[in-house]
Amino acid sequence: MTGDAGLVIEGLHKSFGRKPVLRGIDLAVEPHQVVCLIGASGSGKSTLLRCVNLLEPIDAGRITLGGEDITRRGVRVNAVRRRVGIVFQSYNLFPHMPVLRNVTLGPVKALGRSRAEARDEAMALLERFGLADRARDYPDRLSGGQQQRVAIIRALAMRPELLLLDEITSALDPELVADVLEMIRDLAEGGMTMVIATHEMGFARDIAHRVCFLDEGQILEEGAPERIFTAPQEARTRRFLQRVVDAGRMDGGRGGT
Amino acid sequence: MADPVPPHDHGFRRSRILAGAGGRWTAALTSSLIALASTAVVVGLLVWLIPKSKGFEEVKATFFDRAQFRDSFDGIGEAFKTNIKLFMVVEAIVLVLALVIAVMRSLPGPVFFPVRALAVIYADVFRGIPTILLILLLGFGVPALQVEGIPSDEMFWGGVALVLVYSAYVSEVYRAGIDSVHPSQDAAARSLGLGRFRSLRHVVLPQAVRRVIPPLLNDFIGLQKDTALVFQLGVVEALNQASIDASATFNYTPYLVTTVFFLAITIPMTRLTDWLIARDRRRRQAGGAIA
Ligand SMILES: Nc1ncnc2c1ncn2[C@@H]1O[C@H](COP(=O)(O)OP(=O)(O)OP(=O)(O)O)[C@@H](O)[C@H]1O
Ligand SMILES: [Mg+2]
Repeated sequence: MTGDAGLVIEGLHKSFGRKPVLRGIDLAVEPHQVVCLIGASGSGKSTLLRCVNLLEPIDAGRITLGGEDITRRGVRVNAVRRRVGIVFQSYNLFPHMPVLRNVTLGPVKALGRSRAEARDEAMALLERFGLADRARDYPDRLSGGQQQRVAIIRALAMRPELLLLDEITSALDPELVADVLEMIRDLAEGGMTMVIATHEMGFARDIAHRVCFLDEGQILEEGAPERIFTAPQEARTRRFLQRVVDAGRMDGGRGGT
Repeated sequence: MADPVPPHDHGFRRSRILAGAGGRWTAALTSSLIALASTAVVVGLLVWLIPKSKGFEEVKATFFDRAQFRDSFDGIGEAFKTNIKLFMVVEAIVLVLALVIAVMRSLPGPVFFPVRALAVIYADVFRGIPTILLILLLGFGVPALQVEGIPSDEMFWGGVALVLVYSAYVSEVYRAGIDSVHPSQDAAARSLGLGRFRSLRHVVLPQAVRRVIPPLLNDFIGLQKDTALVFQLGVVEALNQASIDASATFNYTPYLVTTVFFLAITIPMTRLTDWLIARDRRRRQAGGAIA
């Protein structure tokens, strides 16, 4: 399901107007790896993910995906986006289509797959994640957790090489979080390459091969989760983690599974 | 949502609900009675006062002549078909043209600046010209040019004028609809690899159009009425037929006949529009309560 050379980000800079938001990001994600981005609000996690999906133009640097430079001039943006799935905090399902059409829209209209094939595959995915009985419902009939799982399925239906998840549980009631995290764990075990921005530290510790601490647009520290969470080198990382512990979010995602 | 009323308060709550239901019923009855009474008073006053006015007998004879009404009914009905035809053709074209203009105006980025500018100029100009003036300009001006291959039919140019004006208005309605769809919807579609136009077509426009159906209908009520303006070009439609009948008999009752025809189609459309708006509001409130 995954490409060969993964994702490589080099010297990525991005400003909004005069405000620098990403200041020289270097990050490599190998195929089948799961990287979690942690960091304070406003540190640039969402912007980084949006840059990788070419939803934001970048100012300097280079991003390669599967060996191909996707930030070069004249790149076919839509073709790149078909290879990179992204799921947002606010689900962003299409409210005027039933669940099944939400899932098949991309495969049919962007990939040019036949309707029948797209439907069969969509139903198989819905089945796998326990949502087959909601295929005909409109999104507003679903709970937040179900909507978010449909949004993930919608991204998966494109058979992406890389999946970007942007705080996908932040808008959910606590009791709905576990189902969504369970699904991501499932995908990680299946070898999906993922970059995940998250506030669920327990979940990051559980699932990530590598954790990157983002601070004011830079990756201040990165490493294996055990090291980042138990022996952070940087004072700012320690302070951030201390605040997370104080807020009681360290164990998020472990309970209920 | 949690029930904020503690259990021992149930008795209190039940009694209030009963009183509430009874109260609502009485209130409804009372307001109906008031409405009925005030209507009766107003209508009574009019019926009593109008015949007392000095010119009443004359107005009655010239505008409310039964025989005349019957005589001109069929002819005006026939001519009214022209209005309907004109309306249907113009409306169909407006629906498409206005959408094209609205989409042109919504295209982002510097590349599309000329396209956007064109759309803005179009909307500004054709909303700024009085409809009747444009009808006269095109209806008399263009055929007078006597250019080979350009139709010289007045009805055609009257229709063109209506298309130009109403497309400008309706494009604004569409635009409001497009603007009301949150950008994250487009982002979600684009992130699936759908191009700009596919995202518009499958995700943005279906949501936009659904939201603006009531104001669209409103503009079409205006268009239905404005088909009468082409009478200035000599097109034989309902209003023109009425004026022909009226000048032949020195009786204005044919205008009343024309009025009746127009109301017969505009009032149902107005009711439908109001009903859709009310339904929309109810839905939004229900949606808001859920969210
Ligand atoms: N479209 C935009 N225009 C201007 N500024 C923006 C825009 N998007 C983000 N920013 C700014 O960029 C900075 C980084 O934002 P970003 O959303 O990437 O942070 P984040 O790490 O995802 O934060 P959070 O944890 O709150 O989601 C913030 O200061 C934000 O205000
Ligand atoms: Mg964010």
